Amino acid sequence: MTAVELGLEAQLVLVALAALGAVLAPEARRGMTAAVGSVALAAAGVMTGALAVGGDRGFVEIPTSLGLGDVGLVATSLGGFFMVVVAGVGAVAAVFAIGYVGPSGTRTGWVALPVFLGAMQLVPAAADAVSFLLMWELMAVASTVLVLTEYGRRAEVRAAALWYAGMTQLSFVLILLGFGMLAATAGSVSFASMAAIDPGTPSASVAFVLLTLGFATKAGIVPLHVWLPRAHPVAPSHVSAVMSAAMVKLGVYGVLLVSLTLLPGGPGWWGLTLLALGAVSALYGILQASVASDLKRLLAYSTTENVGLMFLAVGTGLLLRAVAVPGPADVAIASCLLLVASHAAFKTTLFLGAGSVLHATGERDLDRMGGLGARMPVTSAAFGIGALGAAALPVTAGFVAEWALLQSLIHGARPDDRLVAVAMPVAVAVVALTAGLALMTFVKAYGIAFLARPRSAGATEAHEGTRSMQAAMLVSAGVVLLLGLVPGLVAEVAARAIGVSGVGSAGWFGVDLPGVGAALDPVALSLVAVVIVVPVVFVSVLAARRRPRRRVELAWGGGGVRVSPRMQYTATSYAEPLARVFDDALRPERDIEITHTSESRYLVERVQYHQHLDDVVEVRFYRPLLTLLDRCGMAARRLQNGSIHRYLGYSFLALVAVLVLVAL
Amino acid sequence: MSLTRLLRLIRHTGRVAEPAPEAPATAPGRPAELAGSVQVRHVDAGSCNGCEIEVGSAFGPVYDAERYGVRLVASPRHADVVLVTGVVTRNMLEPLRRTVEATPRPRLVLAVGDCARSCGVFSGAYGVAGAVADAVDVDLEVAGCPPEPAAIVEALRRVTGR
Repeated sequence: MTAVELGLEAQLVLVALAALGAVLAPEARRGMTAAVGSVALAAAGVMTGALAVGGDRGFVEIPTSLGLGDVGLVATSLGGFFMVVVAGVGAVAAVFAIGYVGPSGTRTGWVALPVFLGAMQLVPAAADAVSFLLMWELMAVASTVLVLTEYGRRAEVRAAALWYAGMTQLSFVLILLGFGMLAATAGSVSFASMAAIDPGTPSASVAFVLLTLGFATKAGIVPLHVWLPRAHPVAPSHVSAVMSAAMVKLGVYGVLLVSLTLLPGGPGWWGLTLLALGAVSALYGILQASVASDLKRLLAYSTTENVGLMFLAVGTGLLLRAVAVPGPADVAIASCLLLVASHAAFKTTLFLGAGSVLHATGERDLDRMGGLGARMPVTSAAFGIGALGAAALPVTAGFVAEWALLQSLIHGARPDDRLVAVAMPVAVAVVALTAGLALMTFVKAYGIAFLARPRSAGATEAHEGTRSMQAAMLVSAGVVLLLGLVPGLVAEVAARAIGVSGVGSAGWFGVDLPGVGAALDPVALSLVAVVIVVPVVFVSVLAARRRPRRRVELAWGGGGVRVSPRMQYTATSYAEPLARVFDDALRPERDIEITHTSESRYLVERVQYHQHLDDVVEVRFYRPLLTLLDRCGMAARRLQNGSIHRYLGYSFLALVAVLVLVAL
Repeated sequence: MSLTRLLRLIRHTGRVAEPAPEAPATAPGRPAELAGSVQVRHVDAGSCNGCEIEVGSAFGPVYDAERYGVRLVASPRHADVVLVTGVVTRNMLEPLRRTVEATPRPRLVLAVGDCARSCGVFSGAYGVAGAVADAVDVDLEVAGCPPEPAAIVEALRRVTGR
């Protein structure tokens, strides 16, 4: 029994133990039991994944009563990478949940958490389509249960959970159909036999499209993303963190599985499709995030943006491989994995920070926060580091990943192939625009929430969370910085996960991309920056000390008496130029209500401004579709009018039809 | 107006500014940092606008205070001198105090006109809170109802020393 096999079996046992512990433990100890079990499970996942990436191999078969055979779990490098990422997020979120959920947690919620984490960790370990789908569905059910945790407290939770359950079942059906086609062609459900299929056949292309759509739904790609901005805000924050930072990555894992392992060497239009989907999602996601004033909705749309960038990276890699440009292609696919790791780190930090803010102030609306930096220093620091990572600024993980992606796009441009020659610059433009909007979005998120003065009573009375919450946030913020300062290790691991040699580490800490001839050493750059900045700061402090200190007085407000926290920027006003410029894409609903004084119609007593932004894809595409389905359903009701004679007539007609068909 | 016509007009008009009179003595107690140029924020504490017209002329092409280093600015945060015209009405008492407090030190307050110095024709009126010296500390005064633009320019030159 190899170490990896031991790890896989340990994970299964720990899932069962943690769930059982949560069921049987007394109420006071239930949270700690479930959380400790989840952390142990996640630790086993991290170790197993690390061993798998390191080259250890193994196969575990679990006999079940499923009609289609046993559940097979195998360790691959790619699966191991995703297992490490997913398990790491799960561990941090479980620690956060101890303080966040506290004594008010339900037994169902605590039981569902280790089941969710365990199923998520074992999806990358599946060896055949049936095991994959089993783990996938288990993950979907457990996450739906967790989304419904606050069902009793808010009305929007039910609608959000319905949308989420519907979309996740849609993804299950699409993936089932895709795997079914592949299994029919290959003759068996195991991935090893599917890898031998020729990707040029039409059936392989149909299977690719179905599987891509299914995984894109789970990943949150436009136009199948409509569940993300609904489900993430209503779920408890640790669940949102796991869903956003880990679960959507499994959609990306699925696409990588299909395009690199099951159907490698596909035609160029596969890559182009992924690139187009990714580009649209990245732009749409960040645009909606930049005008969102609900903090968790902002973070959910930011997930859509990042997953779009991951799909863009994979699409670029496949496209360039199809036109025989292997160096930049390998770098592009490696940059997808770097994006996966960095997004998991900073999105966990951001969602846990948002959870801490929600716990302390009771507010999710950015327009009602403010001044939290002074009241919640640990949360503020962690959220700030996460925001730097999300904006892809240097010294954080996101910077290295986007740098690698841009390197592959720029060096992948080939003037001889017209399609590539057009696609690459467009992709660079999309990434650049996305990065700019992401910077603005996270300046807004951090600045409005944590700086300036509090805008509501909830924000004024905020205080820091429990130690477990602080520890979880600091650990994930530390990982964001670590991945940014020492990316060489992650780059090596990513290269090994996909089996390429064009990516490696330079020196101790830097990233080397010999495939495109570029290298980046963040530690060296940081040292250079420190060497430049320290003398400047020193001289400024010395010069400032010669002047007498200024008294801090009242802020200048035009001399009037209306100096109040309402005179600050709000998130809505900060993003107003964007909402105005992009109003064709966003379609905001604006309403201005003016109340005049009773004495005169020419004097204004109060002005109220309402702005409402719905997801355009949901309003324009899904609601008409659902209305149509509803009408079809209502029309079909006329078939069932209660008359037994009519029902007997239906049976008779059906029998006649079957006899006719069989006779033909 | 076309460019050529504008250039011809400039050449035909020439310079209309009055020749600069002799520089007056620097005001005692003027902070050394304000030598050479000052930024001035004008506050109307409740005047009849007569002093405003004269201040406008002082910064116009004929008297041209800007050649002595004086500039009007919009925010008291950018200003060195607060130029107050008019008697201080009840509604403008607090805003005037806040404006002067918002001006960074070293700062000077210049009261222009008889109303600013001693309530002028409005002394005893029901809406009047007092002269400028009753609200804030006044450093320089310019007498007149309204004062001549030359007098206003001379007072500002005593601050810049040009």
